[in-house]
Amino acid sequence: MSSLFHQAVLTALISGGIIAGVPLMLTAIGETISERAGVLNLGLEGMMLMGAYLGFIGAYYGHSSWLGFLLGASGGVIACSFMIVLCVWLGLDQIVIGIAITLAGEGITSVLQGAQFGTSYPRLGAPAEVSIPLLHKIPVIGPSVFEQQLLVYLAVVLVGVLVWVFRTTNVGLNLRAAGEKPEALDAAGVSVAATRSHAVLCTGALAGIGGAFLSIVGAGVFTPFMTQGQGYMAIVICMLARGKPVWVLVGAFLFGISLSIATALQLAGINISTDVVNLLPFIAIMVALVLFARRSYLPPALALPYFRGAR
Amino acid sequence: MSVIPARETMPIVDEPLRPERSRSVARVIDLLVRSLVPVVLALIAGGILLLILGRDPLSFYSDIWHGGVQQGSWQDSAMRMAPLLLIAVGLIFVFRANIWNLGYDGQFLLAAAVLSGWGPSLVTHVPLWLAMTLLFLVAAGVGAAWTLIPAGLKAAYETNEIITTLMMSFIGVGLANILVKGPFQDPAVNIPQTKVLPLEKMLPAIPSTRIHVGVLVALFAAIVAYYVLTRTAFGLRVQVLGANPRAARHVGVRVRKLIMSSFLVSGALIGAAAAADILGVWGYARANWNPAYGDTVIPFVFLARLNPLAVIPFIAFFAVLSTGGDLAAQNANLPTDFLLVLVALILIFMTLIEFIGRRRELGKSYLPPGVREALRKPLIRRRESVKEPEAA
Repeated sequence: MSSLFHQAVLTALISGGIIAGVPLMLTAIGETISERAGVLNLGLEGMMLMGAYLGFIGAYYGHSSWLGFLLGASGGVIACSFMIVLCVWLGLDQIVIGIAITLAGEGITSVLQGAQFGTSYPRLGAPAEVSIPLLHKIPVIGPSVFEQQLLVYLAVVLVGVLVWVFRTTNVGLNLRAAGEKPEALDAAGVSVAATRSHAVLCTGALAGIGGAFLSIVGAGVFTPFMTQGQGYMAIVICMLARGKPVWVLVGAFLFGISLSIATALQLAGINISTDVVNLLPFIAIMVALVLFARRSYLPPALALPYFRGAR
Repeated sequence: MSVIPARETMPIVDEPLRPERSRSVARVIDLLVRSLVPVVLALIAGGILLLILGRDPLSFYSDIWHGGVQQGSWQDSAMRMAPLLLIAVGLIFVFRANIWNLGYDGQFLLAAAVLSGWGPSLVTHVPLWLAMTLLFLVAAGVGAAWTLIPAGLKAAYETNEIITTLMMSFIGVGLANILVKGPFQDPAVNIPQTKVLPLEKMLPAIPSTRIHVGVLVALFAAIVAYYVLTRTAFGLRVQVLGANPRAARHVGVRVRKLIMSSFLVSGALIGAAAAADILGVWGYARANWNPAYGDTVIPFVFLARLNPLAVIPFIAFFAVLSTGGDLAAQNANLPTDFLLVLVALILIFMTLIEFIGRRRELGKSYLPPGVREALRKPLIRRRESVKEPEAA
């Protein structure tokens, strides 16, 4: 058991937790934005996969992970534009369209991958890391936290920005109003449809970048269905965080650790079947839901389409 | 926390006074249009997609016909119907109550793992009919048990059942894998799979066909579900709960009990689907096997407007599509996941057609208010600028 706390193992655990947690965090933050604006986004899985696929294509042919992230974001935006037109503008059922986007994302990325590469899965080289001066020399925390992709730091900064936006800006107020009481927002002269559309656009872009991070940095390869339910995990994280970005950060990191714990345990020489380990995050979520079910919070107008003048 | 808006599956509309005959004809035509047009549109859009990918859509679809209907392969399609139909009926039960049981994969696979782990030893000890009945019951029990936690949380705290059923689904799929690789592993082989049921110990076939009787069980379940949901007090209560939970509470429906029971029935039917598939077709369960029947069934459940009888032809259509799709995808050198795209397209077109139909019934414009205003604004402004001198 003492080997579990060996330096290398801890480093691998934390660094793995961050690598696995960042896609979750980006996606969950996206979901927070759209849920606060009153749009339940069940299509996250499809958006992540679109982002993962296009991101991989960008990084593979463009030889630049940044091009990959950009294309990944556009993939998420393409997927979520369906959501905007069908759910926000036309007011169709968000749950049905969300399921459709997930299915379409799963299908289309798998088909495109198959049509392009057949059964071979080309790999990407590891993208360069940024080490923060001085701090990266701290044992354990240094190599795991302060020697990461630039995007990891940007994601953390994004959380701070979002806290500020929600708390002090007009934009944040409008977003919250669109989810809490859209009639009030409409009466105040702000378009509910536009507010929600912008929110869903952010969600799509963030989920796309999250997916791209998964394929470019996390795995270095795109395989069909590679998200394995992470989109749904992001929804749960967002629900348990009650719309608070900082809690999303904490939750995503914890789930990232439980996703990466298998590798760390193997480093420590403990051999548990990966089947059991892969179940851990889901069991953790169920336990959390059973314990804190009463405390999860969702905006009252969530998943309700808004029609001006309708009761 | 009522996350789900009341779905307007059956819009109540004051129809204009027209002769009885033409009105009912118009309604049937309307119903047919609404059900078939999305499928046709999805097939066309899928064809365009195939063209973009450089495949021949006509040969793709004719391969589906060839591999799904011709030369006795219709019997394979019929057998594929059994699990699909049972899952569809199970979903209809909860969807009518406006409860989203999206944990079908976990319920299905866990039931499949348990029954194929226990089946081979059971069939050697008891007569076949008893073994089959017992295995069906066990599978139904496992499926129902796996909905207990989401149902309880929903009933007690109104926890969002979409999340809980999905999480339980992931756990169920993983647990099924662990069971198949661990205690139920066939010691005689190296591949992670359970013992294979001998052919004569599986569900008997309908005389002079290869189709197993599980298909009849599924059809029977659909008919019973139709009766229960449309002709009994229980069905009415489910309907009321689905339309408006607060109204249901007001008229004295015991909402918590009803949530529990509709969840359990749904899980049991999905478990029974696993029994029909394993006992009728496969005879064993493999690790990492996931046919994902539930995902593909959802659009057809809605297309049939949550009617257990109307869903039968849709499921038959999809059974042909998926049986023939294997061959077609293989010939076109594409992954079979292309069918998922078709299913998603059907879902999207269905909601769109539903939307257009609803607006037409209400005598409104086809365009939603926001888009209409956006389109109109430039026109109005021009008109206003012209008229301004007169108004002043």
